[in-house]
Amino acid sequence: MSDLEAVAAAAGPGGAPPTEARHADKRDKPRSLAGDAWIDLRRNKIFWIASILVVVIILMALFPTLFTSANPRDCALSRQHAPASGSAFFGYDFQGCDVYAKTIYGARASIEVGVLATLLSGVIGLLFGLGAGYFGGWTDAILSRFIDIVLGIPFLLAAIVLAKRLSADASSNGIVAVTVTLGVLGWTTAARIMRSSVISSKNQDYVAAARMLGAGPGRLMLRHILPNSIASFIVVLTILLGTNIASEATLSFLGIGLKGNAISWGIAIAEAGSYVRTAPGPLIWPSIFLAATVLAFIMLGDAVRDAFDPKLR
Amino acid sequence: MFRYIVRRLLQMILTFFGATFIVYALVFANQDDPLQALAGERPITASVRQALTERYHLDEPFLKQYWYYMKGLLSGDFGTSLTGRKISDMMTQAWPVTIKLALIAMVIAATVAVTAGVISGIRRGSMFDNTTLVVTLVILSLPIVVLAPLAQLIFGIKLGWFPPTAGAHPDFHALLLPALVLGSLVIATELRVTRSSVAENLRSDYVRTARAKGLSRKRVIGVHVLRNSLIPVVTLIGVDIGGLMSGAIVTEGVFNIPGVGFNLFRGIRTEDGPLVVGFVSILVIVFLVVNLLVDLLYAALDPRIRYE
Repeated sequence: MSDLEAVAAAAGPGGAPPTEARHADKRDKPRSLAGDAWIDLRRNKIFWIASILVVVIILMALFPTLFTSANPRDCALSRQHAPASGSAFFGYDFQGCDVYAKTIYGARASIEVGVLATLLSGVIGLLFGLGAGYFGGWTDAILSRFIDIVLGIPFLLAAIVLAKRLSADASSNGIVAVTVTLGVLGWTTAARIMRSSVISSKNQDYVAAARMLGAGPGRLMLRHILPNSIASFIVVLTILLGTNIASEATLSFLGIGLKGNAISWGIAIAEAGSYVRTAPGPLIWPSIFLAATVLAFIMLGDAVRDAFDPKLR
Repeated sequence: MFRYIVRRLLQMILTFFGATFIVYALVFANQDDPLQALAGERPITASVRQALTERYHLDEPFLKQYWYYMKGLLSGDFGTSLTGRKISDMMTQAWPVTIKLALIAMVIAATVAVTAGVISGIRRGSMFDNTTLVVTLVILSLPIVVLAPLAQLIFGIKLGWFPPTAGAHPDFHALLLPALVLGSLVIATELRVTRSSVAENLRSDYVRTARAKGLSRKRVIGVHVLRNSLIPVVTLIGVDIGGLMSGAIVTEGVFNIPGVGFNLFRGIRTEDGPLVVGFVSILVIVFLVVNLLVDLLYAALDPRIRYE
C-alpha cells in the first residue's frame, strides 16, 4: 500500500485549475496560508463529497445503533443466505447473520485501527522527521539510513510477519496487534515529508530571529518550526489513514488481522469469498463500504493537499 | 558511478541482513516449545527430544541459530516446510507461474498507463484528462481484497469471460483476469506519473526548439517528449515490484494460482513458520535486487543524472 502514498506525493496537480478570481473579494485583507486554502476547499466538490462520507463513516463507527437496530451477532443458520427483506436490507450471510448490521458495525474496527495506527505512525514520523531535519549532520545520516531500511522492506511482507508474531495470544481479537503492526511500518513517508519541510523552514528568518532572542532547540522546534511545516505532514497522515484501513482489511482477509469475534469488513470479505457463487451479497456490501471509506480519506487528503500546494497558486 | 554502485551494494547488504534478521527473530525468537508444537498432543520421549534439539540447534543461543539459517540461505538451502517438502523445491515450482503472472500484469499496466498518460498529459484539463484522474483515484483506493473477489465474481462467474480460478497449470487465458487485477494496482501510479511528466516536458525548452525547427507534432511528442517522460516511469517499476508482490499474495490466493504468493498465503493460514520465513526472505532479496537494477538503469537512461 505504500505506493499509494508515493503516488499521492508524486501525482502533482490533480484538482481544479488555479482560480485567480478568488482573490478578487476582500483583496485588502491579509490571509494566512490556511485561510487561503480554506477558501479554495470550500469551492471544491470533491472535498465536500469526501467530507460528508467521512462524517457518515465516523458516525457509523461511533453510534452504529443510529443506522441499524439489528444485532450483528444475532445469527441463525435457519436464515442462511436468506434474501434481502425490509428488516435486513442486504440479506443474510452463510452463518445467517444480518449483512447490513454486520457491515455497519464493521466500520468501528476499521476506523479504530486506522486512526490509532495513523496516530502511532504520526508520532514516530514526527520524531524522526523533526530530529533528522533539525539536527542534520550525523543524526540526519543515521536516521535517514534507518528510514531507508524500513522503506526497503516490502510493506505487506513485513506486516504479515509482524502481525503474526504480535497476535500470538489467541484470546485477543487482534486489534492491538494490527494497530501496532501498521503503526510501526507506515511512518516512513510521513517522516520524509516532515524532514524536508523542517529543513526548508529552519533556515527562515523568523527561526534565526527566535534563536537570537535566546530560544533553545526545544522551543525553536515546537513553537516555530513545527507549526510552519506541519501542513503537508497532516495531509500525508490523512492519506495514510485511508491506506491503513485498506491494510487492516487485507491483513484480516489473510487471517492475521482481526479475528475471533471481531466484526471487520476484511473478515466478512474473506468469509464470503468461499460462497461467492451461491450468494454474492455478503461479499459485495462490505467491499463497497470498504472501498468508499478508503476513497473518502484519500480524496480528502488529495483535496487538502491541492489546496495547500503553493505550486498551484 | 562505480562508487555509487559500491555504496548501493553495501546499503543493500545492510538492508538484507536487517530485514532477514527481523523476520527470523519475529518468527522464531522466544518460542515456548517448538518441539511440543511439532508433536501436537502426543508426549515426546527424551531421546527424540534430544535428537530434534540437536538437529535444529535449539539448545544454542539465538544469534547462532540465525547464523546457521543464514549459512543455509546463502548456500541455497532454505530449509523444509512443516509439511516436509523442501522449500527450494516449492520455490522452483512456484516462481515460473508468478513471473508469468507479473510479466503479463506489468505489460498490460505499462501499455495502458503510458498511452492514457500521454493523452491526458497533452490535453490537460480536457474531459478525457478529468475522467482518467477520477478513475485512477478510484482504482488507487480500491484495496486488492475488494478488487480481486469482485473481479472474480463479475468477470469470472457472472459474465463468464474468464475462468474463475486458474488451477494447477494455468495457461495465458486463465492468467489474464488475475493479471488485470494485479496490473490495476500499478496502472494508476504509472498513469499519473506519465501524465505529470509529459505535461512538464511539454513546457520545456527543447520541445520549443524542436517545434521551432519545424518538426511534426507527432515526432515532437513521440520522440522528444515521450522518451524524456518515460524516465520517471521506469523508476516506478522498482516501487511496483513491492506492490505486485503484496498484491500477488491476495490475488493468487483468490484465483487459486499455484505461485509464490499462493504458497505464502497458504503458509500463513496453516501457520507454517519455516515456509513463511523462507519465502519472505527470498521476496525481500528479489525486491532489493530489482530496486538496485532499476536505480542503475535510471542512471543509464538519463545522462543528466550523475552519481558521484
